[in-house]
Amino acid sequence: MAVFILKRLGLAILVALTVSFISFSLLFMAGDPAVAIAGENASSADIAAVNERFGFDRPMLVQYADWLGSAVTGDLGRSWYFDMSVTELIADRLTVTMTLGLCAITFALLIAIPLGVAAAANPNSLIDRFALFLSVVGQAIPSFWFGLILIVIFSIKLRLLPASGNETWQHFVLPTIVLGYYATPAIMRLTRAGMMEVLSSDYIRTARAKGLRTGKVMFKHALRNAIIPVVSLAAVQMGFMLGGSIVVESIFALHGAGYLAWESIARNDLPTMQALILIFSTFYILFTFLADVLNAWLDPRLRVG
Amino acid sequence: MTFKALMTGTALSLVAAAPAFADKTDDTLRLAFLKELESVDNYYNSAREGILVTRAVWDGLLYRDPNTGEFKGNLATEWKWIDDVTVEFKLREGVTFHNGETFNADDVVYTVNYVTNPESAVKVMTNVSWMKSAEKIDDFTVRINLNAPFPPAEEYLASVVVMYPNEYYAEAGPTGMAVAPVGTGPYKVDKVEPGKLYELSRYEGYHDSPKGEAQIGKIEVKTIPDMNTQMAELFNGGLDFLWNVPADQAEKLAQMDDRFDVVNAQAIRVGYISMDAAAAVDPEGPMTKKKVRQAIYHAIDRQAIVDALVKGSSEVINAGCAPIQFGCDLSVATYDYDPEKAKALLAEAGYPDGFEIDFYAYRDRPYAEAIMGFLNEVGIKTNFNYLKYAALREKRTKKEVAISFQTWGSYSLADVSAITGEFFTGGDLDDAQDAEIIDWVTKAGSITDRDERQALYSQAHAKIANEVYWVPLWTYNVNYVMSKELSFVPTDDEVVRFADFSWK
Repeated sequence: MAVFILKRLGLAILVALTVSFISFSLLFMAGDPAVAIAGENASSADIAAVNERFGFDRPMLVQYADWLGSAVTGDLGRSWYFDMSVTELIADRLTVTMTLGLCAITFALLIAIPLGVAAAANPNSLIDRFALFLSVVGQAIPSFWFGLILIVIFSIKLRLLPASGNETWQHFVLPTIVLGYYATPAIMRLTRAGMMEVLSSDYIRTARAKGLRTGKVMFKHALRNAIIPVVSLAAVQMGFMLGGSIVVESIFALHGAGYLAWESIARNDLPTMQALILIFSTFYILFTFLADVLNAWLDPRLRVG
Repeated sequence: MTFKALMTGTALSLVAAAPAFADKTDDTLRLAFLKELESVDNYYNSAREGILVTRAVWDGLLYRDPNTGEFKGNLATEWKWIDDVTVEFKLREGVTFHNGETFNADDVVYTVNYVTNPESAVKVMTNVSWMKSAEKIDDFTVRINLNAPFPPAEEYLASVVVMYPNEYYAEAGPTGMAVAPVGTGPYKVDKVEPGKLYELSRYEGYHDSPKGEAQIGKIEVKTIPDMNTQMAELFNGGLDFLWNVPADQAEKLAQMDDRFDVVNAQAIRVGYISMDAAAAVDPEGPMTKKKVRQAIYHAIDRQAIVDALVKGSSEVINAGCAPIQFGCDLSVATYDYDPEKAKALLAEAGYPDGFEIDFYAYRDRPYAEAIMGFLNEVGIKTNFNYLKYAALREKRTKKEVAISFQTWGSYSLADVSAITGEFFTGGDLDDAQDAEIIDWVTKAGSITDRDERQALYSQAHAKIANEVYWVPLWTYNVNYVMSKELSFVPTDDEVVRFADFSWK
């Protein structure tokens, strides 16, 4: 098992590095970074000086090797845009994104799993139709529109919640709903499908025939098996949310890592972008890895090999 | 706990925790930037938003009255040109920086010598590279030596060149100044969260400056990257002031809501079409032919685009410069909107059926699309390439762009050396490469006689128009939306001066 985990981790690091290298190459194709650094009003002399100062005239592979060498020693460099340590910059922003991501996935699981279970237990009922309706609407509504609607209702009309910023927990309520709602339909549908399949299986019939209470059958016997693919999906969704919270962070001015990544591309702030890609990739891989471990715990059959 | 009790508790906690909403009772002006500011340090920042903070926190030796264009003393009380490359300043006495440090000649010498040192790697070198050094004559007399005659020196000393406290900056450097800025300006900085939040408060010890004392006690600047969210914050009282509001939204606000004042003012930014007249992109390309460039000029109804899209106080211009800039001569050859004449000119140039060409732009997509619409009408089929500025600029310097829609903000400098001097002196963004114009503009940028400079720039603008090296389009404008409780009169240089705000 330990060898298996080590192999997985080694592979994960290779994947992260490959992703970072590809991204590094692509980012250089998005325009001259010296122009982005020097700013829109910069003269040609300004740009030439930036090129010299940052060494953009060197071969790209050399620049990548330099960056990687420093990254391995824990030095992610200095942000070209903010002229501050990338580690310091990201630490602050990542806290916001992680908080938002964890709140959103919790929100999604709290809504989607009970609803999926209820829908599966009562096929074609009102609750089942409501769940399906919610699922379709959830996927159809663009998050920027949903975010603005919530701002209009809760921030402008009712004045209950702030529209932007990340100073207090209230600032996270609306973004959590918007981001979490985006992940809800898939988790809900998978829970419903899994539960329906499990509920029609022999061992559930046996459990029922033995006279076990419905709640015990549903949550102890059925849900434990039905939730296995949901765990994997939730892990993927969580990874997706970290990078995909760009729109939500932008609308609610949350100043998280997702928005920072987006802006860093626009500014050609390569050190920040590189560090974020590496961190996002690592988190994504880590979540998938943790999901595998959790699934193995839920289903002993998966522990083999 | 029952479900009902839980819901009631949640609702009550939300109400109790509702955000604080702004009004003038707490004497705090709240506004937002769309863009994350890279650094508060004036010399390591190139964003317009940075100019706003700079004007509030620091002072230059001089001050240019935005309404009259007159230069007045600020940190200097008198100044005189010793010769073409030396200017001597008598400094104001009794000025202290926000940290209590006394302002004197040492600060000026330190600042100038620091920013002109290439190792300091200030972000916008053209703002400072015209200076060579500074030398102290006595505690309150200083001389700035120039590399060469530089006529707009006063403009720069009144705007982008600001004075730093020598002792503090020697210790803190750009990194320290970025998080704890210290200046002599009307506002001092209380808090900086890089890229996110800036809190300023009135500097009670502010000197007798033509900028005037700050009238509002506190300024809070947040970064909110989405304009819709900024609007929402304005509606719920979280913000008092918005700037750069798109024309359509500003119009709706002005019509729909009587809680806000919507004010429009011109900006120094201008739009223009740049064309490959020097044949650097394609020696045989259509843009190398004067008649084609004339046809393009005749094909575009600039006034219609201004009326329908740009709106506000923008106006069509016939020379590539802002009317408030010194040396901007708009009395040059004009080319009216006349699509038939454009078609005739194209035919004369050998393109009776028009031609197909890649058209580039990097901002204001609707304006670019309108321009393309007019070009298509006369037979110039345009393939649209909308790029980021960095990518487009790179393509231009590599001579891969034959025609593009460009804009230029001149750093809010009211002198055409900041635009004509940038694009018509033979650099890699000079699409004309006209030896005569290069000579005139270079000369105008190195002599101090204003009349002579004006004459040279007029000559240059006349030839640019006659040869149609550019198609000048329009000046830009800025929409400011503010709470009715706020009093603010914007100026035409797009610089929002915090000290000019007051409560009604």
